[in-house]
Amino acid sequence: MFLETLAGASFRIAGEIGALLLAGSALAGLLVEGAAPHFWRAYLVGFAYFLSLSLGALFFVLLQHLTRSAWSVVLRRLAEGIAANMGLLAILSVPLLLFGLRSLYPWADETLAAHDPLVRAKSAYLNVPFFWVRWAVYFAVWTLTARWFLNRSVEQDRSGDVDLTLRMERASAPAMVLFAFTTTFAAFDLLMSRDPHWYSTIYGIYFFAGGVLGFLALLVAAACVTQRAGRMQRMITAEHYHDLGKLLFAFTVFWAYIAFSQYMLIWYADIPEETGWYLKRQSETWAWVSLALLVGHFFVPFLALLSRVPKRRKKMLVQVALWILAMHAIDLYYLAVPDSGVPALPPHPFYFTVFLGMAGLSVAAAGRCFRTRSLVPEKDPRLQESIAFENA
Amino acid sequence: MNGRWTTADGAPLFGLLAEFEDVDALIEGAQKVRDAGYTKWDAHTPFPVHGLDDAMGIRHTKLSYLVFAAGVFGVFAGLGLQWWTNTVDYPLIISGKPFFALPANIPVLFEVMVLFAAAAAFVGMLAFNNLPLWYHSLFKSRRFLRATDDRFFISIEARDPKFDPRATRALLTSLRGAAVEEVEE
Repeated sequence: MFLETLAGASFRIAGEIGALLLAGSALAGLLVEGAAPHFWRAYLVGFAYFLSLSLGALFFVLLQHLTRSAWSVVLRRLAEGIAANMGLLAILSVPLLLFGLRSLYPWADETLAAHDPLVRAKSAYLNVPFFWVRWAVYFAVWTLTARWFLNRSVEQDRSGDVDLTLRMERASAPAMVLFAFTTTFAAFDLLMSRDPHWYSTIYGIYFFAGGVLGFLALLVAAACVTQRAGRMQRMITAEHYHDLGKLLFAFTVFWAYIAFSQYMLIWYADIPEETGWYLKRQSETWAWVSLALLVGHFFVPFLALLSRVPKRRKKMLVQVALWILAMHAIDLYYLAVPDSGVPALPPHPFYFTVFLGMAGLSVAAAGRCFRTRSLVPEKDPRLQESIAFENA
Repeated sequence: MNGRWTTADGAPLFGLLAEFEDVDALIEGAQKVRDAGYTKWDAHTPFPVHGLDDAMGIRHTKLSYLVFAAGVFGVFAGLGLQWWTNTVDYPLIISGKPFFALPANIPVLFEVMVLFAAAAAFVGMLAFNNLPLWYHSLFKSRRFLRATDDRFFISIEARDPKFDPRATRALLTSLRGAAVEEVEE
């Protein structure tokens, strides 16, 4: 009981510290001369980071229903909880959409756009009102999907109705299609349009790959923390960590595959309007960030997860997972920031304060989500199979 | 060919075969045979049985090291092939790129790595399992045919250093639900 109150309090404190950090950063951005663009870039990186994690979680939940997976049932509620963070993200998107667009996106500035024929040609898509409409649609799709799957799953905890599982399975296919379209266009809007001249059709998949990878790392960490708090001790076994480790490995490779696919085509064709994006990221201090991603986002986790051993040892796997979560943040820094022409190093303190602020709020939201809900889908028809699951 | 032991009919003895009717009895039996210190023995089941590896005390395969080494070799082979063909053997200027340009080489490098690793996994798996094997003494047993249907078996070979016709038979007979028979070479 003491532990329960302590955990409840720590969730609340995380939320309060997060809100303070975020509000303090916003205030500093508003009052300090020339700090506003830094604040909005930091806000964009933090927002894109936590959005990508929740999108990864939503993808995971849909995928488990789509494939009728049994192994993942003990982990699914945690994923549903992370996906349900979408509500908080919808709120966090409001200041960005109302006050941040002009600072972040060249196309949002009408006078600038008027002198730029390329931006003018894209103005039917890249304009502020349509951007608002699109983001309203994205968040409507994401929050409704995340809520619907969480609520059906929790409903089953009470009723044990197997029909709910069937309904979720049937809904997962169309939901996955919606997810694919909204995520791709969200990545185009939120990050790619920072440089409205540049385009890459694979960009949405790159963002998706990083998000799912980050989410899987977060799921490993969340499972570890939950078990350290004394919950689900015998439910989540080395077998589940092993499978999460395999997925982490697969998405590490998938991310690198997509990143390289994008790079190689642009490198080969060598057309100025395409190479500009990479040129910015290979100049000055950004070259170090690019190299850090190549080594830290691909080679390190690739080699660390290659063997069977670290996938089955919780302590080793969680270290790799935390490393990947850090690399994912650097990846979004690399995606979002260079287009402003600012140096990569040293990063502005806002990147840390805003990031931690959003992290604190997300932790508090997770605490709120699980205050009244069970940590496992208690009456899922495949729960026993999941607990007894063994890798062949 | 051990020549040490013979069957009741005087034929060279391959080993002893114990038949079980269910998985639990097989697992229990495998644990006892493992704990008795036998090394040249095996379990035969119609389908994969979870936990049997542990019950038999089988260590994890060494195949992964071979596959890793083959993959690393494939990377360098792919790189070497492209370096040699593009810069030494037949240099061509392609879209103004350097003769040896790493980004262009990575897809081939990746494919050669996968090719070598996959081939090593396939051939190595066969080699480590002594396959292909054209003949096995166990197929002389009529009962053993049911290993692909609904029965479970443990076989202990006569070439096992701990093998002794009477002691080993006593061990197998003591296992719950076991029916024991001799198998000739």
